[in-house]
Amino acid sequence: MLACRNGRGDSLVVEGRVVAPAQGIDESLRVTVTDGVISALEPAPASALVVAPAFVDPHVHLRTPGREDEETIASGAEAAAAGGYCAILAMPNTDPVVDSASVLEALLERAREEAVIPVGFMAAISKGQEGQELTEMAELGATGASAFTDDGRPVVSAGLLRRALGYSAVAGMPLALHCEEPTLSRGGYAHEGRVSAELGLGGYPSLAESLMVERDLALAELEGRRVHLMHLSARESVAALDRALAAGVPATAEVTPHHLVLTDDAVRSLDANVKMNPPLRAEEDRLALLDALRRGALGCVATDHAPHARHEKEVPFEEAPFGVTGLETAFAALHTHLVIPGVLTLETLLDRMSTGPARTFGLDEPRIEVGARANLVVLDLDREWQVTEDGFRSLSANSWLLGETLRGRVVRTVADGRLVHEA
Amino acid sequence: MPELRLPTPPRRHLLSVADLERADVERILDTASSLGSSLDREVKKLPTLRGRTVVNMFYESSTRTLASFELAAKRLSADTMSIRSAGSSVDKGESLKDTILTLSAYDPDVIVIRHPSIGAPQLVARWSDAHVVNAGDGKHQHPTQALLDLYAMHGALGRLDGLHVAIVGDVLHSRVARSLVQALTLVDARSTLVGPPTLLPRGIESLGCEVTTDIGEIAHADVVYVLRMQRERMAAGEAFVPSLREYTALYGVTPERVRPGQVVMHPGPMNRGVEIDPRVADSGASLVTEQVRAGLVVRMAVLYDLLVAAPTQAPVGAGVA
Repeated sequence: MLACRNGRGDSLVVEGRVVAPAQGIDESLRVTVTDGVISALEPAPASALVVAPAFVDPHVHLRTPGREDEETIASGAEAAAAGGYCAILAMPNTDPVVDSASVLEALLERAREEAVIPVGFMAAISKGQEGQELTEMAELGATGASAFTDDGRPVVSAGLLRRALGYSAVAGMPLALHCEEPTLSRGGYAHEGRVSAELGLGGYPSLAESLMVERDLALAELEGRRVHLMHLSARESVAALDRALAAGVPATAEVTPHHLVLTDDAVRSLDANVKMNPPLRAEEDRLALLDALRRGALGCVATDHAPHARHEKEVPFEEAPFGVTGLETAFAALHTHLVIPGVLTLETLLDRMSTGPARTFGLDEPRIEVGARANLVVLDLDREWQVTEDGFRSLSANSWLLGETLRGRVVRTVADGRLVHEA
Repeated sequence: MPELRLPTPPRRHLLSVADLERADVERILDTASSLGSSLDREVKKLPTLRGRTVVNMFYESSTRTLASFELAAKRLSADTMSIRSAGSSVDKGESLKDTILTLSAYDPDVIVIRHPSIGAPQLVARWSDAHVVNAGDGKHQHPTQALLDLYAMHGALGRLDGLHVAIVGDVLHSRVARSLVQALTLVDARSTLVGPPTLLPRGIESLGCEVTTDIGEIAHADVVYVLRMQRERMAAGEAFVPSLREYTALYGVTPERVRPGQVVMHPGPMNRGVEIDPRVADSGASLVTEQVRAGLVVRMAVLYDLLVAAPTQAPVGAGVA
């Protein structure tokens, strides 16, 4: 269940090169929206703008409840609107954790009051995300949970995860898994390799992720239940996913913009805004992720938008919390660093930011066709803009792109039939 | 003709050996050498930094580094004050940034900082207008230690070029090892890291050193540089070697393992009987006292270089604020 402020649909007209890869559309069209519904598609003269199905982010931290100074449902939804999103899924690692129907119901109610775009909430797999007891998945599912995850933490116990996979059938939703073997990652702040060795930073080896990916895929196969692997970072994880998919194991997976663009070389700056979990890895890893995104084994781009207070990131690298923001920069960053250099097509990027995540989580696919609810993003691919601390709708500014000039700007977002962003 | 404007030189720091070039190292060692001769005089104080302020901020315990920075500043007639985290407002939870902003109100010319976290000196350089000297940041860097080690090696062996230094012990947790390998590479000396596999970080050879787990390899070196075996690395469940006893048996630097003609160094504090046999520590091969003496003149030279020397070449420690 997704929730947002109710309101009448808007009426508006957008024109441009309509690129809707899942529908096989790539032509100049005038899209007429009447009361929130696409009412006409007509040929239009060529334009510099691109119109595409709006984006869906399956991995966002909204810090509510508990850290409303870092993000609220309202600010996170506005940031998402500015990034071209028409739907986002929030993680349950809040304080308190979203592990009961009452907390979930309160969040959905809040989203109905203050979210400009539809927001869904994942619930925890285990109570308190402590990895000991299962949450009441059936009740959470009935209340409107979008999926289950202990994100931020791995499900350490293989036995508990097996039971969770089996039991999640009653709620009919996939488990989204943060894959990390904690005894291998402990004390690790950067990818174990040349850069961590040179800087003296504790190493977080690729195996800490890929070993857990292998285990989780084996459990998915055993239980015949789908797992969604979150924010993959290592080439060994991609290889494990490929093997499992070839064997028919039900699995989906996501990748973040920062893992597609940066490598651990960026950590040499010791800037806390390149500290995240999993860490930035080597160039070979980045290339493996990019290849899997192209092939579709990685079907979703997920920002893992993780807002942090400025004073908590203005500390030495090891002391800073993990995580970076991403909602407002994801498209521009990937367009600038992957599409313009010619290593990723615009069509693939648009698909992995919209249709891919929507299908993965069983959400309504944003489509550009007469009769569909309007979920559109209008992109100016030539517009350059600088990422600055005061330019965010998010309450936090811990972006890995601060100071960078990006090319490609979201100029309009229509979510659930309403114009929610215009730049 | 356009007006000729000289660029403002960037404020110079000493944050990491990685920021130095060979010419910087040579200039600092030359300065140390001339300052060293002044220490033999009856009146040891020089007026060079009169009116300048040097603040030492030590967030980690230290004896010789703090003492030598204090004395170095005093010998050059600078005003100096030392702040330790214990007993200061850091104890009350003040952030590094707030502490730096507070101290910056006194307009220090140099801030010397030791901190348990990697990269803290870089942050200080960003937040303050002072020249910043890294006196050790976590497992990352300890550039003045590397410079004083080069000075002591040169004093004992008469050259640096072509020297072969074996660095023995807990490389994984050692900022001394990282800085020293980089410094040795700069002056065309060779280094070999020797230790148990669990204390040699993967990928470290990219710094330009060789790596071996065989203690016998130290026989080929001119200098045996012994690292401290940090007891806090032996916490239950977190131990990197099964016992100190076994470590000492395999990697302790004993008289039997030291070849005649080799010199032995140690950054201190030593764990006698663990990484170094007392008979080696007290032998004529040991340069430990020379290292401490070098610490004073090299730190004087670093302060002098940052505040007085106006290099015509590239600035030291490229750290641009």
